[in-house]
Amino acid sequence: MTMETALSEIPSAADASPPSPPRALAIEARGLVKRFGGTLAVDGVDIAVPEGAIYGILGPNGAGKTTTLRMLLGIIDPDAGVRRLLGHDRPHEVSQLVGYLPEERGLYPSMKAYEAIGFMGALRGMDLARAKARGRELLEDYGMGYAADRTIRQLSKGMAQTVQLLGTFVHRPRLVILDEPFSGLDALNQGKLEKLIREWADEGTTVIFSTHVIHHAERLCDSVAIIAGGKVPYAGPVDVARDRIPAQVRLETKAREGAWRRALPDSARRERDFWYFPLPESGIEPLLRALIEGEAGIQSLSIERAGLHDAFVEIAGEAAARELAASAQEQQEKRA
Amino acid sequence: MSAVPGTSRRSVLSAAFVVARRDFTAILFSKAFFFFLIGPLVFLGISGAAGYVGANAAGSAPDPRLGVAMAPADAAAMVRAHETLDELVDLPPIETVTGAEANDIPALLADKDRNLAAVVTGTPTAPALHGTQDRIDRWKGDVALMAAGARGDAASYPEVTLFPAATSRASEQAAQAGTATAAITLLFLLCMLLAGMVMSNMVEEKANKIIEILAAAIPMDAVFLGKLFAMLAVSLVGIAVWGSVALAVLVLGASALPPLPVPAVGWPLFCALFLIYFAMAYLLIGSIFLAIGAMAPTVRDVQTMSMPATILQLGVFFLATFAVSSTGSPLELAGIAFPLSSPYVMLARAAQEPVLWWHAAAIAWQVLWVVLFVRFGSALFRRVVLKSGGAGREKGKWRALFTRGGA
Repeated sequence: MTMETALSEIPSAADASPPSPPRALAIEARGLVKRFGGTLAVDGVDIAVPEGAIYGILGPNGAGKTTTLRMLLGIIDPDAGVRRLLGHDRPHEVSQLVGYLPEERGLYPSMKAYEAIGFMGALRGMDLARAKARGRELLEDYGMGYAADRTIRQLSKGMAQTVQLLGTFVHRPRLVILDEPFSGLDALNQGKLEKLIREWADEGTTVIFSTHVIHHAERLCDSVAIIAGGKVPYAGPVDVARDRIPAQVRLETKAREGAWRRALPDSARRERDFWYFPLPESGIEPLLRALIEGEAGIQSLSIERAGLHDAFVEIAGEAAARELAASAQEQQEKRA
Repeated sequence: MSAVPGTSRRSVLSAAFVVARRDFTAILFSKAFFFFLIGPLVFLGISGAAGYVGANAAGSAPDPRLGVAMAPADAAAMVRAHETLDELVDLPPIETVTGAEANDIPALLADKDRNLAAVVTGTPTAPALHGTQDRIDRWKGDVALMAAGARGDAASYPEVTLFPAATSRASEQAAQAGTATAAITLLFLLCMLLAGMVMSNMVEEKANKIIEILAAAIPMDAVFLGKLFAMLAVSLVGIAVWGSVALAVLVLGASALPPLPVPAVGWPLFCALFLIYFAMAYLLIGSIFLAIGAMAPTVRDVQTMSMPATILQLGVFFLATFAVSSTGSPLELAGIAFPLSSPYVMLARAAQEPVLWWHAAAIAWQVLWVVLFVRFGSALFRRVVLKSGGAGREKGKWRALFTRGGA
């Protein structure tokens, strides 16, 4: 059986998503396994990223995000499983079409900012002089033209990180892989990066990034892979993940007791003046009718769609969610 | 741009060039390179100064003398001429030799008690000068001057017939062995210096976290090759500078320096072979040190991990030095076959044996090992440092070590 056949025959979590126009896959991975000594770092990861998508890999520290990305890029080979990048099963063969920002940022301290971008372009196949010129352009466009001739050691950590980010894109890749790109950036630069990622996607570039900050994934991503303990319990569209949890109804009534209470599901819980419960399968109309007829005296009623955080808790479990929150907290503290 | 056909990546050589160009430029314009460059010059300067002091200290030793082995009347005339002329020009001290011993010129020249550097025979009209080529070239004018004074005709100088002392095969071999030893010592020192530098470069690369970017963009073989060749290019710049200084010293101080023993293959070819064997020796040991630098997590680990390689290098040097005196022996042949010592032993051969085809074969053998070492080093790096697995390979672990795998 060829690898191509194998990949097409193995179903993925993404296959469960509602039908959408078929798009070629920028990344396809099935059953990736990686052990480091006795530790199983990645345990059968399946991912399918359509071209042009913004795709997030969401999970706490140590969940296996970086190892998965490194396997996808060909920096390390998996112990088992198959991967394909832009249709090639040898990632280095398409390295000129790929941009990569590693989690641990690295630049030559004595290089000037535009030279560092140029060097990264040259590594990805660009002519060095052209890559350096493009480096200057990118710095100008990003509002950092004044720092083009400064050496990396003269730049702040955030600026150096921006230089590396621009170097990731200097050769206009078809696929950009970013490992914790928001880590170390202040709120302003996080916003700028989000904008940049959207622009790249608008130009048709596939962007895949890992994060343990749910808001970034929620705001940016079409699809996510939730990873915890080296496994991917969910991979697919963000909307589908959120729809796994019924919408939550928040109800405030004048009456404390009455016949209307029978309209509430058993799982309804009261917090101060509000009732919270999942939206009944029958919909909102029968509920409203029952509340009115039961003289509940509706003060306010809202239906809130589940967020990605709720979906994460539902899919990966409370423990993983706590780890995720701890990772985000750690990142925030580091930045502070 | 040189992309591999059917793919969208740089070829290994093209990618190696990108890395080498960066490293070469960075090193060339660094302070470290300045010290690298002046280090040996300072060493040479100190050695020269020490030599000068030593020579001054040795100045109390008697100057080399010119023996006069002529008929008594002619000898007396030569002595008188020497006394007269010595007040006007700086002539070598002379000593008359009489009797039977005057007929044995080689014995006179070998007699350490007399300290005769050359002997003049014949007559003042037709003097003959015996001695080493260098010495008789230097003294023939003085002898002609004294002979002209001795015969009372200062206006015309007689023709001095020169008799260079024949060099025996044994002394020629000894001189060439000296050249061989000097060459392999120089080779060893250069390789040790550079191997250390390439290792530090790799450790720095890891500290700067650049390695991840390189590993994602290009094959590790290219990273290794690029780094090795960058340092090789840097060293060639260094050799060019040091070589120019050495050449200038040789040209300016030719009269004060002893003649250099000519290697068996001649100086031009010997110099070319030195460069080739230097490149091979450096690439071989450099790839080992590079792999160590790549795998060592800290500088302290580098020191510990490089110790066996340094000892190995010393062993290779001693083997090559020992093989100098036993050309054609099984030990020397083993030295040629063992890749790390091969460049050293072959360079020693170039100094002592004129046969050239051995060098072509040895260089091909060494190139093969350079390729294997680089591939092994990069594969080891992928396995040990990047902890790369081997999914999708239907090969043994050992074979997989030499293939690029999924990367």
